[in-house]
Amino acid sequence: MTDWPKVRLHVVTGKGGTGKSTVAAALALALATSGKNVLLCEVEGRQGIARMFDVDPLPYEERRIAKGAPDEDGRAGQVHALHIDPESALLEYLAMYYKLGRAGKALDRFGVIDFATTVAPGVRDVLLTGKVYEAVQRPRVSEKSRKAAPILYDAVVLDAPPTGRIGQFLGVNSELAGLAKVGPVKSQADKVMELLRSPLTAVHLVTILEEMPVQETSDGIAELRAAGLPVGGIVVNLVRPRALSTHALARVRDDSVDPTGITSDLKRAKVDVDAALVASLIDEARDHAVRRQLEDEQRVLVTAEDVPTYELPRLATGIDRGALLDLAHMLREQGMA
Amino acid sequence: MSTRTAPVLDVDALLDDRSTEIIVCCGSGGVGKTTTSAALALRAAERGRKVVVLTIDPARRLAQSMGIEQLDNTPRPVPSVDAAAGGSLDAMMLDMKRTFDEVVESQASPEKAKQILENPFYVALSSSFAGTQEYMAMEKLGQLHRQALADGSYDLIVVDTPPSRSALDFLDSPERLSSFLDGRLIRLLLAPTRGPVRLVSAGFSVITGALTKVLGGPMLRDVQTFVAALDTLFGSFRQRAEQTFALLQADGTAFVVVAAPEPDALREAAYFVDRLTEDEMPLAGLVVNRVSPSARTSLSAEEAISAADRLRAGDSSSLAAGLLQLHADRVRILERERHLRDRFVASHPQVPTAVIPAMPGDVHDLDGLRVIGARLAQQD
Repeated sequence: MTDWPKVRLHVVTGKGGTGKSTVAAALALALATSGKNVLLCEVEGRQGIARMFDVDPLPYEERRIAKGAPDEDGRAGQVHALHIDPESALLEYLAMYYKLGRAGKALDRFGVIDFATTVAPGVRDVLLTGKVYEAVQRPRVSEKSRKAAPILYDAVVLDAPPTGRIGQFLGVNSELAGLAKVGPVKSQADKVMELLRSPLTAVHLVTILEEMPVQETSDGIAELRAAGLPVGGIVVNLVRPRALSTHALARVRDDSVDPTGITSDLKRAKVDVDAALVASLIDEARDHAVRRQLEDEQRVLVTAEDVPTYELPRLATGIDRGALLDLAHMLREQGMA
Repeated sequence: MSTRTAPVLDVDALLDDRSTEIIVCCGSGGVGKTTTSAALALRAAERGRKVVVLTIDPARRLAQSMGIEQLDNTPRPVPSVDAAAGGSLDAMMLDMKRTFDEVVESQASPEKAKQILENPFYVALSSSFAGTQEYMAMEKLGQLHRQALADGSYDLIVVDTPPSRSALDFLDSPERLSSFLDGRLIRLLLAPTRGPVRLVSAGFSVITGALTKVLGGPMLRDVQTFVAALDTLFGSFRQRAEQTFALLQADGTAFVVVAAPEPDALREAAYFVDRLTEDEMPLAGLVVNRVSPSARTSLSAEEAISAADRLRAGDSSSLAAGLLQLHADRVRILERERHLRDRFVASHPQVPTAVIPAMPGDVHDLDGLRVIGARLAQQD
C-alpha cells in the first residue's frame, strides 16, 4: 500500500537546484508497476527527460521511454513521456474543441498563436495545465475503437515549474475563470481547477537540507494550502552519505579522533599511510560533520511540516537511467509509490 | 587534471573600471545569482563606487540585513557599508506591479491611467501572471539608469535577473514586447474602436469570430478595452523597450553569467554565453558557485573504497572505513564537477571564469557577502 493510493496526478515542484526533474522521473519509474501505464510530462521546454533517459529530444507526442522499476519478480509497467509546448497545445486545443479549421491557420498568421503563448499573461500556463488535465481525465472509449485510441494512464507525473512559481502556475485557471465570467474558457478553467483541487492530485515538494530551499518549501506548502491545492509529500534530495555513525560524527567534530588508531587501521587495510594522509582524512571528515549537523537542523524543520517525507541520497556519479531506477526503488521502499 | 584552463575573471578590475556602469547577473534558478549580485555590489561600493543593486527575490534574512525587507520599490541605503573609499550602496527589491503602475501613471493622463489601472485584464497582467517580471526588471533598470545619468546618484547598477523559466527570457523580453506592439494582432484588436467596420478586411472578421468563439464576448471586450486604453502608451512602451535593449548592448554593460557545477546550470550558462555573443552583448565572464572543496590528499577513490571494504570485512563499524568512504565520495564528486567544467571550457575557451567554493551555510549578512566578494576577487 502506498501513501497516495487515490492520486492520479503527481505534481513535482522544488526550488531550482534541488533536482526536482530527477525526482519526477524516479517517481514515474516507481509508479510504473506491472501492468500500469505512467505518463511523465515536462512543461518548461528544457528537454530534461530526453537527457536523463538518453533519448532523442521529445516531440509533442506521447512516447514510450522506459520500463518501470521492476518488482521482485522482474515485472514492470511502462513509462511514457510527453514534452508539452504551449504552441502545439494551443493548436491541438483549438482543433479539438472548436473545430476552427481555416480560422486556426489565420490565427497563426495574425500572430495570435505567438501572442497567446509568449506575451499574453498566463495563457501559457493555462495551456500547459490544460494538456495535463486532458491526459489525466481522458475518457474511456469503447472496445472496438480501442486500437486507435490514446493510452489511458494510471498515473501522470508532472515535472512542474519551481516552488516560487507553483502556486501561480496551478492557480492560473482560477484567475482565468475570474477574468472570463462566462463562456468556454471559463468552463474549461473551472474543470481544470476542480481536478487540481481534488484528492486525485498531490503536489510534492523537493528540497535539499539547506536553509533557503527548506524555507521555500515551507512557504510553498503554506501557499498551496491557502489556494486549496492538495499538498503531497516532501522529498528530501541529495542527502549526504551516512558513512559515519552519530557517535563518530560527534567525535570528529570534537577533535577527539585518535590518529594512531586510524593509522594502524589504514596500515592493516594496506594503504600507503603517513601522518599527513590521516590528518587530511580527518579534516575532510570534519567538513562533512559540520555539514551533516546543518542538515540535521534543517531536517527538524522538514519533519515539523507534518507531511510524509522521503529521502534520496546524493549520488557522486550523477544521474543516468541506472541511477534513476535505484532512486525509484528507494521511493517505493519508503511508500511514495 | 584539467587539460585546458579558462582565463581568470578579474572581478576587481571589472568593478574598479569606471566605464562599467551596469552589471547584469544571469543564470538558471538556484545557482546563487542573488547572493552573487549582492556580493559584487557590496565589494564595488567598498572599493569606492556609488552602487545600487536591484534584487528580485532575496532570501528573507539577507533582505533584512540589507535593510530591504520592505517592498517599496525605491532604493534604500544599506546600513553598515564601509564608506572609507568614498563609495555607497543602495539596494531595492523589485515590486513588479508597482513598477507597472508607475509606468502607466507617468505616461497617461489621470483619467486614462485610472481606466487602465482598473481594467480587470490589466490587474491580472500586472500582478500575478508570469513574464511580467522580466519586462518590469528591464523597465526598472532603465529608470535607475536614467536617474543615475540625470542626478549622478549612482555610477554602477548591479541587476539580479528574475528566476525565469529560462535564463534567456530576460534578454528576450524587450524585443518580444516591441515586436508584439508592432504586430498585426494589435491592429486587429484596435480595429473595432478605430473605424467603420466596412474598412475591416475579411481576414479580420474571421479572426474576431474565432477569438469570440474561444474567449467569449465579454472577455474579448475586456481585452479590447485594455488594448485601446494602452494604445496611447504603446509608442512610449516600445521606445523604452528599445532603449533598454540598446543599453544592454552598450559598452558600459557587463554580463556576468552565474552557474553551479551541475549539468543543467552549466548548459543554461552555455546557452546564455552563446546568445550574448550572437547578439554582441558585452560578456564579462562566468562565475561558478558552490564548487566542492578540493580533496586534501591524492589518495584515489578506488584505493580508498577497496581499503574501506577490507576494513569493514573485519569491523563493520570501522571509523577508518567511514573516513575512507567519505574521501572516495568527495573525490568522485570533484571528478564529476571537473569533467563538467572541462566540457564548458572546451566549447567556450575564451570565457573568463571565477570559482567560489561551496560554503557550509547560507549567507545572511554583509560579512558573509564580503567573504564571497573576497573569494571572487582572489582566484588562485
